Amino acid sequence: MTMIARVYVGLKPGVLDPQGRTIAASLNDLGFNEVQDATQGKVIELKLAPGEVEATEARVKEMCEKLLANTVIESYRIEIDAPDAE
Amino acid sequence: MQTAVITFPASNCDRDAAVALEQITGRAPHRIWHKETTIPSDVGFVVVPGGFSYGDYLRSGAIAAKSPIIQDLKRRSEAGLPVLGICNGFQILTEAQMLPGALLRNANQKFVCRVTKLRLANAQTRFTKLYDAKNEIDIPVAHHDGNYFADDETLRRVEGNGQVVFRYSQNPNGSRNDIAGIVNAAGNVLGMMPHPERTVDQNHGGTDGIALFKSILGTL
Repeated sequence: MTMIARVYVGLKPGVLDPQGRTIAASLNDLGFNEVQDATQGKVIELKLAPGEVEATEARVKEMCEKLLANTVIESYRIEIDAPDAE
Repeated sequence: MQTAVITFPASNCDRDAAVALEQITGRAPHRIWHKETTIPSDVGFVVVPGGFSYGDYLRSGAIAAKSPIIQDLKRRSEAGLPVLGICNGFQILTEAQMLPGALLRNANQKFVCRVTKLRLANAQTRFTKLYDAKNEIDIPVAHHDGNYFADDETLRRVEGNGQVVFRYSQNPNGSRNDIAGIVNAAGNVLGMMPHPERTVDQNHGGTDGIALFKSILGTL
């Protein structure tokens, strides 16, 4: 049995996101004129040995601070799928 | 003067750096693999070279910054050891928090590979004192993630301390304040996107990189 943690990493507001801007411009070119802006980030999915949700979240936060995000330019959000979460 | 060059998987300017150091010091630098845990005690200057360490996975320089040798480099630099990070080396030093800020994707999304003109923002540093502050110098860049970013407060501090060393005359990547290279507050760690090791021989098309190596090596 495993737990899944999903870490969403994206550039902080105010940090230039040229890829997001290019995506928005391309969608506008395709006629999706309602698109005002886009930001691009990444999702990192971690398979974890099962543990208590709160402790797991604290560990994943530590992983974000140490490696997964560069907090000079990026923010992150963590989601934990516990096996009994259904 | 004994120097050293660190090599990571997918470093590709380590040999160029080694050739430049040998040309200037007359002595072959130690070549240090990233898995090693200590910088030899006789080393007085370390180059963290350019390349694409770990394929730029996660973020440019992020994985290399966690390597064993960088932990020792950080300790030694805090004790005063001079360090030069070039291109990917600059990215690694910011990821290791040895230098403030970060290097983002170039603002125009394009890989930029050309000779750039640099202004000496600070010609009093240990790395630049042999340059004439009035002159622009020609140093090539080759990068995709060279867009220097720091938040407003950090940028004010870095500018106020005179830590900006080089500025682009024509900004090729969107860097804030046209920053091409900065030193740490202590002045012994320099990170720069342009490649001084690629311009130390007439056959390179220029020799404007020589004064940088002579500046820092002459002060040791």
